[in-house]
Amino acid sequence: MAESICRALRDGALEGELAPALTIKDSVASPFALQVFSHVLSQLFSSILAGKSQSRGLVVVSFSRSPSFYLDLLKNKGTDIASSNNQIQILDCYSDPLGWKDQLAGSRNFTALSNEVLVSSTAIVFREVKHMDKLYNSIIELGKGLVGGGKIRFSIAIDSVDEMLRHAPVSSVARFLSNLRSHDQISSIFWLLHSDLHEARVTAVLEYLSSIVASLEPSHQLANGQRGDLENFSLIKHNSKKGKFHVRFKKRNGRVRVMSEEVHIELSGINFTSLPSEGAINQGLVPKVQFSLQLSEKERIDKANVVLPFEHQGNGKPIQIYDGRRSLVDGKHERPFAAVENVQTNENCGSGEIIYYRDSDDEMPDSDEDPDDDLDI
Amino acid sequence: MNQRSSNLLDEALGLDEVIEPWPLRGQVVAIEDQVETSGSFVLHHLLKRSLSPNSSNVTIFIAFSQPFSHYDRILRKLGCNLVSQRDNSRFFFFDMLKLQCPDGDEGITPEGGLIALYGKIHKTISALPEISWKNVSIIIDDLSLMEVAANGSSDYVLDFLHYCRTLTSEFDCSLITLNHEDIYSSEDRPTFFIQMEYLADILIKAEPLATGLATDVHGQLTVSNKGRNKVSNFHFKVKENVVECFYPGRS
Repeated sequence: MAESICRALRDGALEGELAPALTIKDSVASPFALQVFSHVLSQLFSSILAGKSQSRGLVVVSFSRSPSFYLDLLKNKGTDIASSNNQIQILDCYSDPLGWKDQLAGSRNFTALSNEVLVSSTAIVFREVKHMDKLYNSIIELGKGLVGGGKIRFSIAIDSVDEMLRHAPVSSVARFLSNLRSHDQISSIFWLLHSDLHEARVTAVLEYLSSIVASLEPSHQLANGQRGDLENFSLIKHNSKKGKFHVRFKKRNGRVRVMSEEVHIELSGINFTSLPSEGAINQGLVPKVQFSLQLSEKERIDKANVVLPFEHQGNGKPIQIYDGRRSLVDGKHERPFAAVENVQTNENCGSGEIIYYRDSDDEMPDSDEDPDDDLDI
Repeated sequence: MNQRSSNLLDEALGLDEVIEPWPLRGQVVAIEDQVETSGSFVLHHLLKRSLSPNSSNVTIFIAFSQPFSHYDRILRKLGCNLVSQRDNSRFFFFDMLKLQCPDGDEGITPEGGLIALYGKIHKTISALPEISWKNVSIIIDDLSLMEVAANGSSDYVLDFLHYCRTLTSEFDCSLITLNHEDIYSSEDRPTFFIQMEYLADILIKAEPLATGLATDVHGQLTVSNKGRNKVSNFHFKVKENVVECFYPGRS
C-alpha cells in the first residue's frame, strides 16, 4: 500500500490536470510521519535516478530538519549524492528561516561559521519564510535549475507544512500549495503535517488540497488521564514501535479508495505489513508478569467441560444440583451429561468437576430467592 | 554512590557508559513535569553529569526560573561546585530572570530579547575550540517562564527554540529543556507544548503515580528515547543528596 503511494507520485501528473498531492499526517500518539516521509522521499528519488518516474528532479523544502539530514538519509539508502547534484536540490528553510543570523551579523554580534556552507552545492538557504510568494518563486527557480524550462517536470517534498502554518495564515499556505499543484512543470508534491498542532479546519483544508491522505494512528488508543499504570505503559511501549497506517486515495474517476496497513518502526527504518487480526494484537497486550495468564489447550478443554452448578443450564432441562447432602455416588449419577455429549470423545481426557460440600444440613437448597429479601432496611 | 542509584535514568539516556564524547550530542532532550512531580531533579542530574570530572563538557545554562545561588546550593549537595566550574569556563550561567522582551515587533531586534540571547549563545560556543563543540550542553530552565518573558508570544519562543535546534545541527551540541505539562493542560490544543514533544529526540516525563501519593515513591519517570527506539518507565524518590530510581516494587 505504501507502494501504491510511491507509484502514484512516480506516475505524476497528466497533461492539464493538477499534480498528485500527498499529505502525510500524524499525531503525538504515533509520531511516525517523518519516517513515512523519509521512506517516500527515498523511494521517489530512487525512481528519479533510475529514470522510472515522470519527474526528473526533486526539490526538498526543508523547514524542520537540516539539509544534511536528507543528504545523509539518501546516502544511507545507497544513493550517490555527489553525482546526483543535478537531480536534487534542497531549499534550506531550516538554518536561518527568519534571517536572525543576518541581522545579528549586521550588528556585529555574530560570526557566521564557514562550515555552514558545507552543503552549498545542493542546498540553498532561504531566509524569508513569512513570504509565501518569495518561497514559491524560489522553489520554482530551483526546480527549473534542475530540469530546465519547457515540459520537463520535477517533484517537491515539503518538511513540514506545520512550520509554514506558523509563519503564514492558512489561506496563504493553501494558495501556495494550490499554485504549486497547478504549475505545469510540477509532477507531484507531498508534505508532512502534525495534525494536533492545528485546528481541525486547517487539517481539513490541507486534506482537501490532497489527492492522497496518509494518516498514522496509534495501534491502541490510550485512555486520557489514566497515565501511569502498568497496562498503560505497555500500551505506550507498543505504540512507540507500531502504528496503523490509513491511506485514502482520490482517484481520477471520482472514486475514493481506502486502505490500511500496519507500520513497524525499527532502528533501520520503517516496515509496512498488512493489518493482523484483532486477536494477535490483543495477545501482545497481556502485561508481562511472573505467573501464567494464558490457558493451555488442555486447560481450555477442561474448562469447557465443567458443568456449572446453576439450576438452569439454559437447555430446557431441569437439573438436580448436588447440594452437599447426598452421597457423592448418587450425585454423580444424577449429574446430567447432556452438556458433555457434544465434546469429542477422543479429547475427553477428563471432565472438569466442581466439588461442593454444604456447610450444614440446616441450609436450604440454593434457590432463586434473594437472601437479602428479608432485610428490613 | 550517586552513580549507582541514578543508574536507571543514566541507562535510559545512554549516560551509563562512556560520557566522553557526550552521548547526548546533537540531540534535543525535553523534560516535562507537573506540580506534584517536579522534574528539576532531572535537570540537576544532567547538569551534574555534564560537569563530571570525567568529561570536558561545557554547559550553557539559561535560567528564567532561579538565580545562580539556587543551583549552586543544589549542585553542591550533589557533589558539584558550580562556582569553580564557572571560573574554569566549563559553566556559563545566563541570568534571564529580568528579561522582558519589548512589546510587539520591537522585540524582534538584534539588541534585545530572544534574538540577542541566541546570538550570545552562538558567540559563546563559537569562541570555544572546535573540538569542544559537540561536548556543549545548552540547558533552559524553563520554557513556560521564557514564554512569560516573551509576553506570551509562544511563536517567538518557538522561533528561538528552532534556532537553538539549529545550534545542535551546526555544532553537534545538545539542548535540554524543562516545561510544565499542567500549565497547558487546560488548553484545547496545547500547541506550544506538543511542538516540544515533536522536536525532542528524548522525552522525559515526570508524573505522579496512578495510585496517588506515597511516602516511598515520589513519582514515575517515562523516558522515550527515539534515537534508540526505546521507552523506559521507572519510579523515583528524590532525597537530600541523591535521586533514587528503581523499577516498581523494588525500592
